[in-house]
Amino acid sequence: MDGLATWLGPGKVSDILAAVKDWDLWRDMIANAYKQVSELKKPSMNDFLNRLEGSGWLKHIAAIIDTSAFIARAISEGISVLVHCSDGWDRTAQTCSLAGIMLDPYYRTMQGFQALIEKEWLAFGHKFTDRCGLLESVEVKETSPVFTQFLECVWQMMQLFPCAFQFNERFLLTIHDHIYSCQFGTFIGNCEKDRLDLRLSERTYSLWGYLSLHSTEYLNPLYKKTYEIKKPVIIPNPSPQTLRYWRGMYNRFESGVHPRESVSDIISAAKDHSVSLEDHVLLLEKRVTQICKLLGKPEEVIQQKLQGHVSMDSIEGYLSGHIGDSPNANSSSSVAARNCHNHKIVPAGTPESAEMGVLTSKGSFDSEAQLESIKGTSRGGSLNHLKSDSESGFDEVSSQLSRSGGVDEITGGGGGVSGGGGSSMPRSPSSDILSVEQLVAELKTVAIGWKSFRNVHSCSCASPFDHYVKKFHCWKCGQVFCVRCIARSIPLPGHYHRRPVPVCKPCYREVRRSPSTEFPLS
Amino acid sequence: MVNSVTLRRPFTPDMEGTLCVTGHHLIISSRSENHEELWLLHSNVDSVEKKLSGSGGTLALKCKDFLILYLDIPVAEDCINVASSVLALSNIDDITLRYPFFFRPLFDVIENGWQAFSAETEFNRFKECQEDWRISYVNKDFKVCPTYPHAVFVPKSIEDETIIKAASFRQGGRFPVLSYYHKDSKTVLMRSSQPLSGPSGKRCKEDERLVNSVMGMGKRGFIVDTRAQGVAKMAQSKGGGFELEAHYPQWRRIHQPIERRTAFHDSLIKMIEACNDSSSSMDKWLSKLESSNWLTHVKDIITSSCVVAQSMDKERVSVLVHGSEGMDTTLLVSSLSQIILDHDCRTVTGFEALIEREWIQAGHPFRTRCNKSAYAITKHRQESPVFLLFIDCVWQIWQQFPCSFEFSEKFLLTLFQHAYSSQFGTFLCNNERERMHNKVADRTVSLWSYMNRMEILQDFMNPMYEPNATVIWPSVAPQSLTVWTGLYLRGVINQAPQDEAWQEIYKIREYDKELRSKVNKLRRQLASLEREAISNGVVSPPTPMPAASSGDSADIKGSTAVNSV
Repeated sequence: MDGLATWLGPGKVSDILAAVKDWDLWRDMIANAYKQVSELKKPSMNDFLNRLEGSGWLKHIAAIIDTSAFIARAISEGISVLVHCSDGWDRTAQTCSLAGIMLDPYYRTMQGFQALIEKEWLAFGHKFTDRCGLLESVEVKETSPVFTQFLECVWQMMQLFPCAFQFNERFLLTIHDHIYSCQFGTFIGNCEKDRLDLRLSERTYSLWGYLSLHSTEYLNPLYKKTYEIKKPVIIPNPSPQTLRYWRGMYNRFESGVHPRESVSDIISAAKDHSVSLEDHVLLLEKRVTQICKLLGKPEEVIQQKLQGHVSMDSIEGYLSGHIGDSPNANSSSSVAARNCHNHKIVPAGTPESAEMGVLTSKGSFDSEAQLESIKGTSRGGSLNHLKSDSESGFDEVSSQLSRSGGVDEITGGGGGVSGGGGSSMPRSPSSDILSVEQLVAELKTVAIGWKSFRNVHSCSCASPFDHYVKKFHCWKCGQVFCVRCIARSIPLPGHYHRRPVPVCKPCYREVRRSPSTEFPLS
Repeated sequence: MVNSVTLRRPFTPDMEGTLCVTGHHLIISSRSENHEELWLLHSNVDSVEKKLSGSGGTLALKCKDFLILYLDIPVAEDCINVASSVLALSNIDDITLRYPFFFRPLFDVIENGWQAFSAETEFNRFKECQEDWRISYVNKDFKVCPTYPHAVFVPKSIEDETIIKAASFRQGGRFPVLSYYHKDSKTVLMRSSQPLSGPSGKRCKEDERLVNSVMGMGKRGFIVDTRAQGVAKMAQSKGGGFELEAHYPQWRRIHQPIERRTAFHDSLIKMIEACNDSSSSMDKWLSKLESSNWLTHVKDIITSSCVVAQSMDKERVSVLVHGSEGMDTTLLVSSLSQIILDHDCRTVTGFEALIEREWIQAGHPFRTRCNKSAYAITKHRQESPVFLLFIDCVWQIWQQFPCSFEFSEKFLLTLFQHAYSSQFGTFLCNNERERMHNKVADRTVSLWSYMNRMEILQDFMNPMYEPNATVIWPSVAPQSLTVWTGLYLRGVINQAPQDEAWQEIYKIREYDKELRSKVNKLRRQLASLEREAISNGVVSPPTPMPAASSGDSADIKGSTAVNSV
């Protein structure tokens, strides 16, 4: 059985492989694909389709997918297949790796895809330096977009099976970019020997490290793990209508032609947002239970409260509290205002201070904390200190502030235990002692609503967002930032599990300064 | 009734069962355990092809929504009989014999769709312009213009007598009426049919007064002609024509060529043929797609609509759109520019109102245009997929702005299907006169009565929707326009993975919403508990300033308020 199978397999495969054109010819294809896009300023529909057809690019993509589907089908039916072409590192690598993606869900994960490239392309000796023309000495006839074609085939599969891949289009584009950028050593050299000779592993960084560092950018939010069990083998439909023109690749830098709203990015933001709220719900439930226990409420009442039933008395309490408090609320905001004022006086003129000023006016808690700390510092007579710190950078500010908190504890001992600025709380081991500040601090660190991506055209650092750039949310304030402005992660007090989550720089500063991060959760 | 018939459909397992041809339906019910049934309206059948082989035969029922069903019938005679009766029943000319007149809803009609979008309520949408415009009932007995509704919006300064005279100068009496008022720029969009200036360049003082009265002193407007200049010139020799600048001094004429509607039908036939040929090579598919010109039409229509929208929004001029008859390409352009300009038209009810106002009331002849679809070549050549092109263009914009539309792709698909074959009377007639004559509103159910019920509407909602009040500018680059896979290719490419993706999106968004409301509830709980705890002294009250706790509550409130936005 086996013997027959291996006989049958390669025979058929090589027949079909003959239909896949030699890579010499492909060389011109990508040039054509670009030409049809760039040459015509205002192409008519028919011009476009005509040139697309003339380039023959999609025809070759179809041929590769067809052959790979044939291999995949054979293997899934239990027939072994041997694939080869002339050199064995171009077409063979394309079809084998694509068949692998069709057959094994592992290769559709981010890690698996990297492993596949390592295995089928790098270790197999695809001549990246030659094919991609990384060196000027490379002969023109040696260059060919073989790997680009492979990436496009994967993209075509992603269009057909939107839930089957763990990574997204951006992942493919990033890999494609870095093959040509030579920023990482991964794709340098023609084979493993070259890479060993050049001692690339010692002298360069690997692309895979970079990708895993930025993995949040490359996740497909619609990925369903159930594919692994329910539908491990995905074989695309062979009809030509399934293939599309990949404008995300070939028209990447023409921002006008892309969808103006990215479903995928919005959905991944929604998923992150859900994770944040999930964790926050746990904490809220915990706190509600804690307070209920303190108040000696029976279990069923607690359950009711957790379900969100608002009992009559609680509503009354809420309302009366609310009404009674309103003048006080004003006073607190005036405190905040005063606080801002204070701030403006102290480190006059620095951009840092302006930012701090904005921050303080945002909410009453931190303004209070700051007021507290400022009081502390002024009491400690270190007004100048604060000034110099806020000029020099926030890390020092935070350390200064925590120090000043200490000063506060010493000088203003009265407020200490009951949470004057909360600085003494971390040392209290019992979670039974809750302070309102702590609760509010927790609430304030989790944004319930995240800003919509719509109409956000640039980050606060002025770098513009185009179709290709992923936008990020700060999990604390819910504003939109670019990847560089959000590179920090910190656990938020409002989250039960205290996992580090991405926040923007001002929020990072604020959370680090806020002592409540150290509260035990018991 | 025929036994043991096998039904073959794309991407669904074959079904064996009994075939039954009733007055309006072709029914196949399986006798297996999971009692499956297929009800196909005869009016959905575009053409029937039979192929006899041996003792039996196969019927291919090609539907107007482009799906093809195959029926294997074991006895040849049955096959021939079924074919001829389906053919006869799917070509009934008398509309009063069609299914909508016999259909009785199995649901309670809560809101009668026939009254949902009356001219008066629609006019209220344009409150801001009611100083200059009024509702005129000059056409109440359909004598001035047989294809217009009984109520139209006209300039206030123009009396009904002037309108009657102006109407005689326009083809089919379709005098210029208000189509849309753009609040942001205070400009109006009007539509009409071509003026009957003829080869000698006739003029009509009343028409000039009507058109020019829209303009204030010193203002300018654009007349967008949906024909190429040459075509418009040719129309002149046949008695039609265009407005001469000398007589309409404040208006500038722009030609935004869109093919004539007769070309659309050929394009559709070619494109569907290309789409269904799944075994062809890549080159053949692309060249067939190209030669069908379908996407070219789509591009032209969206371009023209963008020009109209741009003129109104950016250049702040009023626009009058017309082609020749004023009920096909004119409506395409006028309705699509509203989709671009007005966010209300991108909601479910707003879109329904737009279809009602700009297509059904405006007299787009649905009965003749949607009589046949891609599988039939007819003698009269009155058929034309104009409405389908509209739906397609909306879809193109939809997929460029997937979060700005309240409705989903499925909503558009359903509307398209009902336009061609339906149990509802909404798309049944050519114009209001015909609907009145046949008492359609009394004798049939409106599609909107069915669709606007919560349980149905849920299915048509776009989970990605975030209201977007701005004007949306679609891209008309060829790279941005694609063949609508979900419609034309659903017989070739399995749409299940796409549906799965949308379900996933729906789940993620719903879960997020649920969590949000849960957090808000819990926060409110916590706030009240906090107060209780403070008053009981179990929680340390905020020191050193008593104001703190109140600040907190204000904060909690503040955050909830933010989130409810």
